[in-house]
Amino acid sequence: MTRGLIALAVLIVMGLLKLPVERDLAALHRQEHFRGVEFNLDLREKIGQLGFIAALSGFRAIVADALFIQAHAAWENTQWGRMLLLFRQITALQPRVLLFWDTAAWHMAWNASVAAMNDTNQPRQALRVKAQREYFALGKDFLERGIKNNPDRPELYEALARLYKEKYKDHERTAEYYAKAATLPEAAPWDRRFSAYELSYCEGREREAYERLRSLYDEGQKERLPTLIKRLNFLEDKLAIPADQRIPDRLIKP
Amino acid sequence: MTDGENASTLQPFDASTIPKRHRAFSLSRILAITSNTLTELTRLKVFYVLLVFGLLLIGSSIFMAQFSFQQEFQILKDVSLGAISMFTSLLAIVATARMLPRDIDDRTVYTILAKPVPRFEYVVGKIAGVLLLLAISTLVMAAAFMAVLYMREQAVLQATAKQMASAPPDQLADALRAVRASAFNADLIPGIIIIFLKACLLTALTLFVSTFATSTIFTIVVMVFIYFIGHLEATAREYWLTAHGGGLVTRVFLAIVALLFPDLQAFNLVDDIVAGTVISMAVFTKTALLGIFYTVIYTLLAVFVFYGKEL
Repeated sequence: MTRGLIALAVLIVMGLLKLPVERDLAALHRQEHFRGVEFNLDLREKIGQLGFIAALSGFRAIVADALFIQAHAAWENTQWGRMLLLFRQITALQPRVLLFWDTAAWHMAWNASVAAMNDTNQPRQALRVKAQREYFALGKDFLERGIKNNPDRPELYEALARLYKEKYKDHERTAEYYAKAATLPEAAPWDRRFSAYELSYCEGREREAYERLRSLYDEGQKERLPTLIKRLNFLEDKLAIPADQRIPDRLIKP
Repeated sequence: MTDGENASTLQPFDASTIPKRHRAFSLSRILAITSNTLTELTRLKVFYVLLVFGLLLIGSSIFMAQFSFQQEFQILKDVSLGAISMFTSLLAIVATARMLPRDIDDRTVYTILAKPVPRFEYVVGKIAGVLLLLAISTLVMAAAFMAVLYMREQAVLQATAKQMASAPPDQLADALRAVRASAFNADLIPGIIIIFLKACLLTALTLFVSTFATSTIFTIVVMVFIYFIGHLEATAREYWLTAHGGGLVTRVFLAIVALLFPDLQAFNLVDDIVAGTVISMAVFTKTALLGIFYTVIYTLLAVFVFYGKEL
């Protein structure tokens, strides 16, 4: 009995000593992007009782994978609503897995939106277009939340840029997100180029686009790709750049 | 006594026949108990767990063939590392929980402690046996996981090279680089070491609980509760230290959880490592030291309580 009490006292003293150590370690973990998931009622509501217990036991990756497989099956059966719910749960459990955010956005903005547009059960085109726009927005929302959880990685910025380009035809936003991706470590080498290409389509920002494209061109042969030269030629004409300042390459007729 | 009698009965002096002085600490005694514990556990066929792990790996890798290679590698790594974590934790709790009660039931403990073996050597030898078993199991599972991952990576690389045979060399190189980047990640190794350290912590804690527990079932049930509470410890600690709401009872409960239980969430780094988060040397070292600290403290407490146990 006495030994038990002494052991308890040692545990309490040890507990007091370990508290600051554990707090510092938890802070370090969060600073380095570990422990990104908060185990709270919001998560409990999203993933259900069993999923929450499994996630709490240190198996949130496996729970997320099981849900991902269910989402894959839902996709095969074109159950878009179920997919949306499942991807919300998956991304809540694994916010650092870019693949899940990217796949969720792709399913919503590309697959579900096309299915909504081709929905034969909806005779009114206005409502089909409305549904399509809603799926675009859902895809965008996944990518924006993904970026919020992973601000240090370029892949989701690139995916959001693609979404703005292909679905919203918004060159300014496309350029903005490619530019943001380009500033991050491990960014794709074409991010800077794509950002400048997109900017060259924006009314009123031609001068800025020209300067960025010209700066890329001046970096050397590796950057002097056909699209870059074409866009430079186009801007030189549009901005009436003097002949002696123009690049020697010419791919579009003046 | 005659000279003849002296010649026949007196033996020359032989130093080896003098009984050796009993040493307070003997590594060879601990090693003997360790190897005996490991043999006992092996006879219990605990390594069948590895067979289940192998089947899980093969099954999942066949099933995942329908996904893209990024999805396939993600799921393969999650499932394998989750299984390693689950099996090592289970092994740690179940193998340790039955160790002392079994030795008491079989009366093996009396045979050992009747000899000049101090109790701490007995406890340390026992826990070392379980830790050795955990190390072997973790190594085998990690090797199997790496082998399957490597084989799948090679298969995907070959398929990609075949599909992109007519593509420009830089595009092909980019595609192959993307496959390699999705498969093996050197940070997985520290992640597996942290899983092992979590299992060591659970072993020491189970041993401590079993020194005052009345049965194996009791120890296992208590450990299951500790396992869940340990994963909630960080939440309880933060709430106790930062939030000022809640009644007295709530705050006392949170204080008990924060002070008495280990923070097991600190050892769940592998999910984020698979997701691509880089584990720095500082994070690895501090987490590993916390695991070692807990293991040592709980072992010492187990020794302390076991010394007072009436056998």
